[in-house]
Amino acid sequence: MRRIVAILLLIIVAVGISLSLAKIPFGTSKTKVGRYYIDEGIKETGAVNIVTSVVVNYRGFDTLGEVTVLFIATIGLGAVLTANGREKIRKTEPASLVLYTGCRLLFPLILVFGTYIFIHGHLTPGGGFQGGAIIASGFLLIYLGCRERRISRVAFNLAESLGGLIFVVIGLLGLAFGDYFLSNFLPKGTANTLFSAGIIPIIYIAIGFKVGSELASIIDNLIEES
Amino acid sequence: MGFLNNYIYYIGAFGLILIGLYIILVKRNLIKVIVGLGILDTGVNLFLISVGYITKGTAPIFSRPGIDSADMVDPVPQALVLTAIVIGVAVLALALSLAIRLYQHYGALNLRKIREQKW
Repeated sequence: MRRIVAILLLIIVAVGISLSLAKIPFGTSKTKVGRYYIDEGIKETGAVNIVTSVVVNYRGFDTLGEVTVLFIATIGLGAVLTANGREKIRKTEPASLVLYTGCRLLFPLILVFGTYIFIHGHLTPGGGFQGGAIIASGFLLIYLGCRERRISRVAFNLAESLGGLIFVVIGLLGLAFGDYFLSNFLPKGTANTLFSAGIIPIIYIAIGFKVGSELASIIDNLIEES
Repeated sequence: MGFLNNYIYYIGAFGLILIGLYIILVKRNLIKVIVGLGILDTGVNLFLISVGYITKGTAPIFSRPGIDSADMVDPVPQALVLTAIVIGVAVLALALSLAIRLYQHYGALNLRKIREQKW
């Protein structure tokens, strides 16, 4: 009975969607604002990666809100999982030699690659969110390969808080030296070089630390529970 | 064939969204409901990206001088999806942690057996 009702509901939704989608042409330029960002983005922000300039500069305040959502989800996960407050003594089977050696060998390389991704966010595809996810995958490898190793939560919390603090402080500095919150008050430099685009690389480094430590602490909490 | 060429991304995206909705509505295992939520999330992201696509377009990055800006794809949906993916991961993790807590409390993941969760 429930299945039939669900299928009927989905058919209604599908018909409505397809009727409205038939009016949207595929593969053509639609928004004026996207065209404006492409034409004026380098001149106004100094970043050659237009997606980065949209995320950090034009919609920087929105990104601050999204980072806050991520922060609250992490806090909620920690609060739900550690509600008991007791530390369980877990018996772990040590990983095999291949996994252990491989993870010790690969972990620094993964960290360097993640750092490269978020430092070059304004030049190449990538940025703070992607680099943070890569760094968190490195920590996941540590938890798989070196199972006795525990990374201190204090360090995670410190990196996370520091990242958020740098983001807000740079926004307030923009309010002090520029015209508005998160305005690009640093010199923009020449496009396509590492030291360009003003505040964008600094904010992306902060986001990289924040996202990396948040995702790593999510992994830490989930492993601690299982 | 032209119809399929033009709308294959929309069809795929809304196929994923409908599959996710079906799983959420019908399945009773909580883990499966969370997997459905993940599929729904992926479908929405794919739809937003395909709305911004321009036929034979390139990434909106001026990586070398003299690149033509006329056929770059729309950067705004890409910027939105970029953050939506990370937030989707965090929300999935939060849902999984709630599922773990629920299992510890009731000893079951089947929504039918958890009396307070019935609808």
